[in-house]
Amino acid sequence: MISFEVNGEPQSIDVPMGRRLSDVLRDNLQLRGTKVGCDAGDCGACTVLVDGKATCACLTPVAQISGRSVETIEGVGRAGPNALQRAFLRHGAAQCGICTPGMVMAAEALIRQNVSPDRAAVEAALSGVLCRCTGYTKIIDAVLDAAGSGAGPEPDAGKAVGARVERLDGAAKVMGTEAFGADIVPDGALWVRALRSPHAAAGFAFGDIEGWAKTHDVRVFTAKNIPGENCFGVIERFSDQPVLAEAEVRMVGEAVALVAGGKDVVSNLDLGSFPVCWEPSYSFETATEARDESARQLHLDRAGNQLIAGVVRRGDAEASLGNAAHVVQGTLRTGHVEHAYIEPEAGLAWMDGGVLNIRACTQAPVLDQQTTAKVLGLPTQKVRIRPAATGGGFGAKLDVTVQPLVGLVTLLTGRPSAMVYSRGESMMASTKRHPAEMQARIGADIDGRLVGMTFDGDFDTGAYASWGPTVAVRVPVHASGPYIVPNYEAEARAIHTNGPVSGAFRGFGVPQAAALQEQLLDQLADQVGMDSLAFRRLNALSDGVPTVCGQELSGVGIGACLDALQSRWDAALIAVAGFNAATKEKARGIGVASCWYGCGNTALPNPSTMRIGITADGKICLHQGAMDIGQGANTVIAQLAADALGVPVHHVTLIDADTAVTPDCGKTSASRQTVVSGKAAVLAAEALRSKALQLANVGPHSQMSLSGAVLTLIDGTVRRDVSLQELPEDAHGYVLWAEARYDPPTEALDKDGQGAPYAVYGYGAQLAEVEVDLALGTVQVLKVTAAHDVGKVINPLLAEGQIEGGIAQGLGMALMEEFHPGITENLHDYLIPTIGDVPEVVSHLIEVPDPEGPMGAKGLGEHVLIPTAPAILNAIRHATGAVLTQLPARPDRVLAALKAAKP
Amino acid sequence: MGIYHRPGKLKDALAVLARSDVQLVAGCTDVFAASEAQELCGSVLDITQIAELRGISKTGTGWRIGAATTWRDVCDAPLPAAFDMLKQAAREVGGIQVQNAGTVAGNICNASPAADGMPPLLALDAQVELVSERGVRQVPLAQFVTGPREISREKDEVVTSVLIPEASAVGRSRFLKLGARKHLVISIAMTAVLLEVEAKVIKAAAVSVGACGPVACRVSALENVLVGCELSSAVQLVQSDKFGDVLSPISDVRGDADYRRDAAVELVRRAVHDVIEEIP
Repeated sequence: MISFEVNGEPQSIDVPMGRRLSDVLRDNLQLRGTKVGCDAGDCGACTVLVDGKATCACLTPVAQISGRSVETIEGVGRAGPNALQRAFLRHGAAQCGICTPGMVMAAEALIRQNVSPDRAAVEAALSGVLCRCTGYTKIIDAVLDAAGSGAGPEPDAGKAVGARVERLDGAAKVMGTEAFGADIVPDGALWVRALRSPHAAAGFAFGDIEGWAKTHDVRVFTAKNIPGENCFGVIERFSDQPVLAEAEVRMVGEAVALVAGGKDVVSNLDLGSFPVCWEPSYSFETATEARDESARQLHLDRAGNQLIAGVVRRGDAEASLGNAAHVVQGTLRTGHVEHAYIEPEAGLAWMDGGVLNIRACTQAPVLDQQTTAKVLGLPTQKVRIRPAATGGGFGAKLDVTVQPLVGLVTLLTGRPSAMVYSRGESMMASTKRHPAEMQARIGADIDGRLVGMTFDGDFDTGAYASWGPTVAVRVPVHASGPYIVPNYEAEARAIHTNGPVSGAFRGFGVPQAAALQEQLLDQLADQVGMDSLAFRRLNALSDGVPTVCGQELSGVGIGACLDALQSRWDAALIAVAGFNAATKEKARGIGVASCWYGCGNTALPNPSTMRIGITADGKICLHQGAMDIGQGANTVIAQLAADALGVPVHHVTLIDADTAVTPDCGKTSASRQTVVSGKAAVLAAEALRSKALQLANVGPHSQMSLSGAVLTLIDGTVRRDVSLQELPEDAHGYVLWAEARYDPPTEALDKDGQGAPYAVYGYGAQLAEVEVDLALGTVQVLKVTAAHDVGKVINPLLAEGQIEGGIAQGLGMALMEEFHPGITENLHDYLIPTIGDVPEVVSHLIEVPDPEGPMGAKGLGEHVLIPTAPAILNAIRHATGAVLTQLPARPDRVLAALKAAKP
Repeated sequence: MGIYHRPGKLKDALAVLARSDVQLVAGCTDVFAASEAQELCGSVLDITQIAELRGISKTGTGWRIGAATTWRDVCDAPLPAAFDMLKQAAREVGGIQVQNAGTVAGNICNASPAADGMPPLLALDAQVELVSERGVRQVPLAQFVTGPREISREKDEVVTSVLIPEASAVGRSRFLKLGARKHLVISIAMTAVLLEVEAKVIKAAAVSVGACGPVACRVSALENVLVGCELSSAVQLVQSDKFGDVLSPISDVRGDADYRRDAAVELVRRAVHDVIEEIP
């Protein structure tokens, strides 16, 4: 028995003394606001206060709490958000919300000591907590303003779009009440763990599983127990991945069996004793090895281990380069990049009236439903996906994770089951950004106009297809950058290796390609003798000029983005020259890079359906099925819908994604939710408005309001009060409702990649200012000025948050992130930026309306990451002359490049 | 299921150690980080309740850092300038959360080649005091940590304190750590430098490097070169040929071996520079 105080209340509980405090808080005391991101003190998500001091609950044996006082997020602001939590809301400091309790507790410890801390004090106090979404800027702003007051605007009807509205779903995040995948576990649920391959390639055979299971009082499930098709994939035609491997594994971390039983039994099991015999075989880890004739073919129908190649050809690239006045060429190699969301995958399953219910973190509820039904041999309607709050995704939670696993256990046992990946398991089993081996040539005429480009890249898609086809198709479409390139030939291949599955990661291969293409542009500008920014401006794509796919676009905002950087560019050039003249040991440089990115699927159908209804008691419900994984869809789509309907956004009630309740809004991927689901929401809201106007027989400009069960419409001097109670209620429970489906118009690509792959593109450009330590090769990014054309700013607060977060991830990709299977499956060997690594970010939100996007809006989520790495690389080269041919630009690689660049 | 011992008195801890096979723990920031289990496994002896092991005190012969002293305690303790490097290292051991729990002695006993505490403690000529029912012994830190994850503690012994001799804690000091990010980083290389200066001449020098070999170590060849030299020429004297064979880094995900060797020399050069800059 151990006694201590939690949030001022005495507690006495009987638990093993060596148990982690995090587990005791979450499991024994049901205080699940304390999050567990790593169980190793690397992420700080579990920060609590012990006698007022910030402490990682995951590193604290409960014995050490005896007689002491513990404060958790549940003890902060009990009556609603306190001043600090209000500041988090006001500043948009919470995105997905998984790190927020830890951030709030670390900040709370600080402001009790120091009511008005400076920036350095805030950084020091929060340096032990990692955030993967925000880029930290807004968190720092919030803590600096903890003594402030007020709240974001609550705009009137028709005024939501463009307003700095606080996240509508933010309070639960800052209060720690948001329920993520691991936060709801019903009593008596079976605890599930997966046995995973330690080998990159191996055959395997099981021993006496039944005996082992009996000895350990657990149940074991293998491929044999899968009632449906043991195969999944995000693209039906390329599905190739077994849920549980059958006789052979192709990668480290591949699951071969599930063990289910009581939580204590299963979580303490040594899976090393599981009766499996591995026969490791030869494996290969790079695309170059995989393409070698001698390499074993990983999938029968994929000769040369090539999954697919994507091609775009226009004009005659070779001839144009042959005739060009200036030509540059280069290569770039990038490694695996891990998504490193702070929430490891987690979820649970249970049966309810013959329907299998699954609640897990996800970016794609309907895909989860379809996949799980197929694997389990169930009709789709017998699987209901009710997503948990999702603690970051960035692409990796598009593929199913725990869903078919807990689904299988629950289906076969009839009992609820739960599965929570450890950090190591998350990093071992989840998808990665594709490593790329790329080469390109770009040519310009004597005046500096681009005349042609070739690009060729191998993208290591790992053992299974996942999003490899998407990367291979998307890269050639985008590898030109947002420039006029009349002659172009680009090919990208997705190549199988025995590496981790490479899937979707913010940008689908485009960030890798841009990192090469934008570096070459700088070199070309030098050859031409032009300023890098002016060179880009000269070649920037514009309305009506064909893209490399021959698509003629309207609302092209890259020129405006580059223009927005001009004043900082000019000032920074002078400042850098002054610094470098006065400093020997360090050198500063500036670099610019652009991006463009098509929103939604590439030349494929990509619909979303939204429903909005009014209940008899006057509640407006938006069935918002577009997963909000922190990016803000819940708020942005509600803002669009509210304005289209003509009511204040704070009068809209959100119905969260649930395959039984919300229509299909597709996947949260490809920066499509604002554009596609947002447009569906606008159309649905307009349809509902028409119905209401028709019902009241008033004109299109009527003002709408709801007061209790009365809908009032005022058309000039005419006022109509509609008593909602008197209207018939339909099957959805609404007296008035509408649904709309929107599918962005695209056109298939021909064999040369010509067509209209996307209906809407977004554009951006970033200017990075860096300081390079000339003796150590370390790079500090001092400032990033970012200009992004979003068409129409729906919510500036959230848009800035996307930009700052994307820059932090781009910085990580540029300077420190490199995943190696078997070595870096933790958050201390795999480095993501900390609060001290992110630069000052100045955002310019540019509005060049898109004729197709909702109210002119374009996508933003992935765009923001694309220019960061090349802008940093260009700044390093500007500072030192060093050209990096491998990412990340680790200090040793920078120093080597620096030495190589010296004459 | 093991037993969790958390005695309040050293003699009870020694009795447990003498009679049973236990895992010794203090702040638990390393043991929990090395495991995915929700519970410490086996029998555990937790020394954090033993009051006499907590805190830093001045003794007749120097300073005593109790084995349960946390890195936060080090930061908060009033100590002479020679300890600045230890305080600087303390602020770089994980985040604040880890500094509030992790201990100086635990950092040593975990014996990571990249232990942040090692370079400054080596530069301070730290001695490790080990106690068992058989008696007390002191071992120089350099001999206590014998390899990666290897220490010369007998099974029945507990580290009770780290002792800093008075004569070694003289002068000004600097700790520098190089990593690929600013916080929460395992070193690519690190150094601690302690210089005692009299009339613009270096009277005594202690230089150590970490993360550049299996165990952090002193760079005595360089120390010998520095002693007796004028402050104005000291920085130039820090050259790789003065490091003998003490630098034996490996190539890993943080950087390649050649780079580490060069970076270590550069860090030492900067640390020497910084110390000299501070001298009034």
